[in-house]
Amino acid sequence: MSAALRTGTESFLARFEGLRARLPGDLVARQAAAEAFRSAGLPTVRDEAWKYTSLRPLADNDFREALTSVEGGSLPKIPAIEGPRAVFVDGRLREDLSSLPDTLHFTRFANDPSFGTLSRPDQQPVVALNTMLAEDGAVISVAEGVDAGTLVLVSLAAETEGRSVTFHPRHTIRLAEGAKLTVVELSVGRGRYLHNPVFSIEVASDATLTHIRLQNEAMEAFHLATIYATVQSRGFYDAFTLTLGGQVSRAEFHARLVGPNATVHLNAAQLLGGKQVGDVTTVVVHDAPNCASRQTVKNVLTDKARGVFQGRIEVERIAQKTDGYQMSQALLLSPDAEIDCKPELQIYADDVKCSHGATIGELDDDQLFYLRARGIPEQEARSILIRAFLDDALQSVSHEGAHALLEQAIDGWWQRQSASAA
Amino acid sequence: MAAVAETLDTVQSLTGSGYKWGFETDIEMDVAPKGLNEDTIRMISARKAEPEWLLAWRLKAYAAWLNMVEPDWAKVGYPKIDYQDIHYYAAPKKKPGPKSLDEVDPELLKTYAKLGIPLKEQALLAGVEPAEGDEPARNIAVDAVFDSVSVATTFRKSLYEAGVIFCPISEAVHDHPDLVRQYLGSVVPAGDNYFAALNSAVFTDGSFVFIPKGVRCPMELSTYFRINAKNTGQFERTLIIAEEGASVSYLEGCTAPQRDENQLHAAVVELVALDDATIKYSTVQNWYPGDANGKGGIYNFVTKRAACRGARSKVSWTQVETGSAITWKYPSCILQGEDSVGEFYSVALTNNRQQADTGTKMIHIGKGTRSTIVSKGISAGRSDNTYRGLVRILPKAHGARNFTQCDSLLIGDQCGAHTVPYIESRNATAQVEHEATTSKINDDQLFYCRQRGLSQEDAVGLIVNGFCKDVLKELPMEFAVEAQKLLAISLEGSVG
Repeated sequence: MSAALRTGTESFLARFEGLRARLPGDLVARQAAAEAFRSAGLPTVRDEAWKYTSLRPLADNDFREALTSVEGGSLPKIPAIEGPRAVFVDGRLREDLSSLPDTLHFTRFANDPSFGTLSRPDQQPVVALNTMLAEDGAVISVAEGVDAGTLVLVSLAAETEGRSVTFHPRHTIRLAEGAKLTVVELSVGRGRYLHNPVFSIEVASDATLTHIRLQNEAMEAFHLATIYATVQSRGFYDAFTLTLGGQVSRAEFHARLVGPNATVHLNAAQLLGGKQVGDVTTVVVHDAPNCASRQTVKNVLTDKARGVFQGRIEVERIAQKTDGYQMSQALLLSPDAEIDCKPELQIYADDVKCSHGATIGELDDDQLFYLRARGIPEQEARSILIRAFLDDALQSVSHEGAHALLEQAIDGWWQRQSASAA
Repeated sequence: MAAVAETLDTVQSLTGSGYKWGFETDIEMDVAPKGLNEDTIRMISARKAEPEWLLAWRLKAYAAWLNMVEPDWAKVGYPKIDYQDIHYYAAPKKKPGPKSLDEVDPELLKTYAKLGIPLKEQALLAGVEPAEGDEPARNIAVDAVFDSVSVATTFRKSLYEAGVIFCPISEAVHDHPDLVRQYLGSVVPAGDNYFAALNSAVFTDGSFVFIPKGVRCPMELSTYFRINAKNTGQFERTLIIAEEGASVSYLEGCTAPQRDENQLHAAVVELVALDDATIKYSTVQNWYPGDANGKGGIYNFVTKRAACRGARSKVSWTQVETGSAITWKYPSCILQGEDSVGEFYSVALTNNRQQADTGTKMIHIGKGTRSTIVSKGISAGRSDNTYRGLVRILPKAHGARNFTQCDSLLIGDQCGAHTVPYIESRNATAQVEHEATTSKINDDQLFYCRQRGLSQEDAVGLIVNGFCKDVLKELPMEFAVEAQKLLAISLEGSVG
């Protein structure tokens, strides 16, 4: 491990030592996570799972003195979307800003600190980091057969003068049989901070969880999200992530289909500019017969941005009649942009239909010419083509409010790009 | 029917066991003591009367190897190899210069006969040209590698007249030292990876091919590799250079006798293509895969790489991999020259307990470079078959183009098929496309064949051959026939 990453690792461990007396819940689990984190350290590009995403820029910050929360810091605006909401500021629930629905059971991790059982922490150092330092989070459960509507889960990072903030929210979402819920997760902020959320999601038989994520963190921020989802028979976990912010960000999904006829969708789009690095990593495990998984991941990259997509479909021996599909497409809009893509299939059952595809290229000259010939100015023509390119992934979002919000965010991104290009 | 197929049939009828090429030959061997150290390397170098620079190069590679760790990223598992428990040198004891058939060890000729080397007559091995009025010999020159030393090279003279050099690399070291020194290790450096470094330190022989400027090699070149003595790792080193405008097609085929202990094979193949040169490299690999329970079999850890240095140069790799207990092999192209072209066509079939982790790397450096990858993986029995490939487009590769297709076919529910492609693009004007599918044999197709009276086994063979057609059609005629047979034989016992 490089000296910088070692220093980064040490600074997080020191932070844990400083905080441990005040942390809620099972200290034994935290201690074990700390040990795992100490031996694994912050992942390096020599770790296969982090081959394309370097955490060097994160490790260069000293989080030893990081604040846990800020009183009275200036807050960014919450994106406009209707509906009940749970608002976290710097990782802590702010009840004064929240309005919780009565269709579901909501508590905060600070009061109900259960870590659940997640995959081995020594192999997931970023999850170990969360387990070690988690202070708060949303604990949501929806009762059998209840359609709980929509909950907006907001993470705000407040402006902090010259100091680094790190927060590690631990969220749990449990849907009982036949339950329904849509979670619209929004992350916005100001300044330089690390947002390191971990989700533990359980979707019971016949339940449906729609999880729409808009990651619009500050450009200097780091966003490392890990989402574990388990889906039972005929259950449906439908996730969409739009990544716009963060200097280094990663959305890592681990979805397990454990009952027959379960379905998972992990769609994503990343729009990156400047020197941003955005990473979508997915692992879908088919552990029961007749399950289906769909992934469509789109990258639009400009300036010196780098997009990463690592997707793995694992089909266990028992998972006959699996239908797995994965598509990764990237548009490179500038000479210095880069895409790294690793779509993996790992298959142990014979009666399956699995495929993946990947395409990389620039905007099609013919299409551009077609639009220009019809009197559409170049910028607008490019915008139309990019929107069309993204539409494949976006159309999977059927929630109206969320869809509008995503459209709006994409418009905003494009306007900023056009303005900086002009 | 081609000669190859005939000999195949003959051999098939001779041996009762599942592996059709399992036999050993008793020949007096000159064997080095087991173990690897500087003395072994000095001994190999001395036996071959090598110049000082080559010994220094070997020792440097050995020093690099000592500091390396055996790679573990491939999806293969095997007991730890004891590198001190291997003979690093074994050569048939040589009488000076076998100039006619009578002087060639008869045991050796018998081996070739059993092998079914695609030679029209065994006599060709001794360099005897067919007499006037005889059926003309097929135009394939063979450099047969018997364990570590090339025993005979045919067609040498007629090739020499065309200006083509085709000889054992140990001879090239003496006869063409400047060429060897200039190109050896220039594509796969001595310390490139664990197995390449090992090879560089202890390689004993292999083929050397040099096609001078503007020459189109008048015949297909072919080498037969065969691991013979017990416990000798075989460390081949092949170097092919095609100068400006030259072209050559090289065929490589492998069989090995049956035995229980695992054997290590760590070969290195380097290809260099200058401006407008074309190299076509075809392999049919059918080493002993181990028995149905995974006992025995060859470890095939090979580094193959081509440098397309010149503008418009082209390298095409075609491989049919049916043998070996473990295959770890990634024939690659470094596309440096403008508009250079790299191709990779592969069929990898695994059965029983075989493990194959194979694929390619296409590194696009120059403008307008193009690459095509077609990979067909077939897993049966309890085997694991992995495609692992890299397509990397570097910033200066304007207008580069890649198309990749990898398909996997699963036969039975105890095997695994995996696809691990890495795709990296750093140039917006490059176009990269990748598609992969995994499926089982289509029931409708099977039904169609069965209904027309084909047995289950024949039907599967037919469908598998159809599945691989895109690759098999790239093989030279002689090999295509052999390859089709091999696929059917390798699948035996997996259907039912």
